[in-house]
Amino acid sequence: METIAIPAINFAPIMPEVILSIFGMALLLVNVFVPSEQKAYLGYLSLGGILLTAVSVLNGWNAPVSGFSGSVLQDNFAVFFKCIFLLSGGLTILISDHYFKREGCNVGELYPLLLFATVGMMLMASGTDLMTIFLGLEVLSVSLYILAGLNRASLKSNEAGLKYFLLGAFSTGFLLYGMALTYGATGTTRVIKIAEFIAQNGVVAQNPMFFIGMLLMAVGFSFKIAAAPFHMWTPDVYEGAPTPMTAFMSAGPKAAGFAAFMRVIIIAFPTLKADWSALLWILAVLTMTIGNLIALNQDNIKRMLAYSSIAHAGYALVGFTAGNAEGTAGILFYMLSYAFMNIGAFAIIVLVGKKGEENNNVSDYAGFATKHPVLALAMSVFLFSLAGMPPTAGFIGKFYLFSGAIKAGYIWLAIIGVLNSAASVYYYLRVMVYMYMKNPVEEFDWMKFSAPVTLCIVIAVVGVLVPGVMPAYLLELAQKAVLL
Amino acid sequence: MSQFPLISVMTFLPLLGVVLLFFVPKQSHSVHRMLAMLVTLATFAVSLPLLTGFQSNAEFQFVEKVPWIAAGPFQMNYQVGIDGISIWLVMLTTFIMPIAILSTWTAVEEKVKEYMICLLLLEVGMLGAFVSLDLFLFYIFWEVMLIPMYFIIGIWGGKNKIYAAVKFFIYTMVGSLLMLVALVTLYFKAGGGDFNLLRFYEVGLDPATQTWMFLAFALAFAIKVPMFPLHTWLPDAHTEAPTAGSVILAAVLLKMGTYGFVRFAMPLFPDATAKFTPLFAVLSVIGIIYAALVAMVQEDVKKLVAYSSVAHLGYVMLGVFALNQQGLSGGMLQMLNHGVSTGALFLIVGFIYERRHTRLITDFGGLAKQMPVFATIFMIVTLSSIGLPGTNGFVGEFLVLLGSFESELRWYAIIGTSGVILAAVYMLWMFQRVMFGELSNPKNQTLPDLNAREVALMLPLLVLIFYMGVYPTPFIDKMSPSLEKLIVHVKSRQTARAQIPQMPAPQALPAAMMPPVESK
Repeated sequence: METIAIPAINFAPIMPEVILSIFGMALLLVNVFVPSEQKAYLGYLSLGGILLTAVSVLNGWNAPVSGFSGSVLQDNFAVFFKCIFLLSGGLTILISDHYFKREGCNVGELYPLLLFATVGMMLMASGTDLMTIFLGLEVLSVSLYILAGLNRASLKSNEAGLKYFLLGAFSTGFLLYGMALTYGATGTTRVIKIAEFIAQNGVVAQNPMFFIGMLLMAVGFSFKIAAAPFHMWTPDVYEGAPTPMTAFMSAGPKAAGFAAFMRVIIIAFPTLKADWSALLWILAVLTMTIGNLIALNQDNIKRMLAYSSIAHAGYALVGFTAGNAEGTAGILFYMLSYAFMNIGAFAIIVLVGKKGEENNNVSDYAGFATKHPVLALAMSVFLFSLAGMPPTAGFIGKFYLFSGAIKAGYIWLAIIGVLNSAASVYYYLRVMVYMYMKNPVEEFDWMKFSAPVTLCIVIAVVGVLVPGVMPAYLLELAQKAVLL
Repeated sequence: MSQFPLISVMTFLPLLGVVLLFFVPKQSHSVHRMLAMLVTLATFAVSLPLLTGFQSNAEFQFVEKVPWIAAGPFQMNYQVGIDGISIWLVMLTTFIMPIAILSTWTAVEEKVKEYMICLLLLEVGMLGAFVSLDLFLFYIFWEVMLIPMYFIIGIWGGKNKIYAAVKFFIYTMVGSLLMLVALVTLYFKAGGGDFNLLRFYEVGLDPATQTWMFLAFALAFAIKVPMFPLHTWLPDAHTEAPTAGSVILAAVLLKMGTYGFVRFAMPLFPDATAKFTPLFAVLSVIGIIYAALVAMVQEDVKKLVAYSSVAHLGYVMLGVFALNQQGLSGGMLQMLNHGVSTGALFLIVGFIYERRHTRLITDFGGLAKQMPVFATIFMIVTLSSIGLPGTNGFVGEFLVLLGSFESELRWYAIIGTSGVILAAVYMLWMFQRVMFGELSNPKNQTLPDLNAREVALMLPLLVLIFYMGVYPTPFIDKMSPSLEKLIVHVKSRQTARAQIPQMPAPQALPAAMMPPVESK
């Protein structure tokens, strides 16, 4: 008998993904045996999976491992981003049961899907081959399409799912086409090999196929991070999707999009920095300005946060445009803080909502502070952080992003950024105006608290305030994680 | 110099009060008030050794420096200290806070706990901004101040409170964010290192760079001062804010702007300062005259006082930009005077508002007969605000006008002087209409005079009004070495000074009229 020679496979670089996938698949099976009113146990199980994965991820800190002939690389950059994904996944799980139980669509598939989405994101962060990145992106996207439409009884949720699917599929097409063209021009899909190829054959830069490839990839990624003018799906999907899923989408997948975008652009095209910086400059300005201007006019708080999340992608793009250590470290720090503050804000929206009617209008928050002073305070912390006021993590993050731009000489970009930031203050303040300065219309007596949601809010407040006052440690980690 | 971190203890003591307040039940209003009062008094007590231990020299004293953030290219320190410029503003802050708290005793009945928390947080922000020697730290405190003030106006304010609060917040935010960009640019131009202000002083920037960086800083500060034409948020904020909010806003927050010019904008960018002196002098003078004219036609007493603030701050700016010993010390003194007098005026407006729930001048008249004690106190404060000799207002205004008369800003000083007369017109006219005449309105005929608490909180202010008016030397003595150093610093670095078209140069005056002119 001859044995087939199996090449030694090093699972170390994808160990976290493996663990989380096993948990996801196991949960799919377990789900069948769990009655629908006890789906919360699935949540606890998946939290356990996330914690276990986190341990495995943290083991990879400062110990980069590459595998599968260089198509995945778990370096500090990947580890940092994976922590962001696991955090967003974990916080989302904490608020999910409360929401779905109330809405009466307690489907257990939610948890495995969340885990699979997280696996996809992790693969995107550690992918060093265009194909790996694409695979991760698809695993993520397909899970997200379902998650967005999870509330079958709600028309809006259905619309969100379908819309996300159609537009997402379209943008995936762009991305894949871009990757194909890049492959055609350079003969490789390995990110690092693309850079080597460009370094050896400078002429490739003149090749239109190559340029279109790069451009199309940028379009595909811009869609994922909701950068203008590829942001159109965001408000509808964010508004329609179940609130915990909106929280998740605004934090995790956005960060994942940035991780892959940065890995591809910075590693594969270092010699074309001038070109992509110019492109990103325009993208950043458009994204910030459009996001903020439209957010000014939103009455629905989920839509408002959707546009604000567009604007925040714009701030992160400012750091990306700079392309230096400060800017990129700023993105890492900012994505982490953004996960805390945005999911925290959505957790409160989940709490305030009623079955069927989600109380999503800003005016529904009138007098909220009188009835629930502590929750209103927490919401203010998140909103101030989103607005970039010290002493919150949002301020430190923005400080680093804009400093990166200033250091790289993009002073006008920084000025446009801060002016946008000043404009954004208006709509964040508006929520606080209603919470604190208007008389209560409703009693908010339908609100029920549950331990997981409370825990989520507490974690988020700590995650916003502690790095706001003592950011040194996290910033140092972000510095160590940057690609440059 | 003691090793005891006196400044930090003072700055963060109110924060301890905030933490304590969190544990007091919501309904125990008197406990909230007492606690806040005790904490602010303790803060004042802690700040006293700063004053007594302060050596009259130009150095920063009680300096504390602890590494704070060191990540990437940045190095931020927690670095605080005081010199002759900040010492009095710190004292003013700790002094005015207990008075502000006492003034809310009966005025605020709702959400007392939150109100006290906001006031105490505000004190942390203000003190922190005055003592910071690290630009990043300063920026943090500068921004943090906005949040409690926003809530104070927005929650406990008058009818139009939301508009006023949001306007206040966004106006200030725009200015300070642009300052942040300039600040980071300055940092990189200085070649990294840390955000130590004293180090930035020594960075020689070319005049072109200075120009726009100065503009960014100046915009932030000019909004805060506020200078014409950026003053429009102030009347709204003042009119809508509750009494304690107005008092603190007038007495301390506005000084942030003028302090910012003296501490940051001018010494950091000497060339640009020279270049823009005419512009700021013009804006100051316009502010003085315009605000006085607008104040004259106000029907609301509080709005009138708010506009008088704009005019007073115009004097401060004129004195500061004169950039000589008299002008600067006059400007600094005027900051304190304005804090005391206008703070007192807002308290007085608060007294009658609490009694009558109106502030319209036409609703009053003849109050002097009904409320003699109130009338006396009001009169003294009014005269101090006008700048009658013997009160504090006179010394400041006189020095400002003298200083600017001797500098290149002579003509501005001459025009500005007319503001003194206008101030007398609008203040006295208002006083006359409110206090004298027939006590015709029946609602006013039963008004009680000031009670013991109200007299008690006015008393320290009245003492200061006379003390600073009669014997300002200790105040000036403590600040002048630092001011002297500042003047030398700025003037010696004005490389482009020769090319700047000079304002009509001062001609020889009769020697008796003026002290020796310093050499340029």
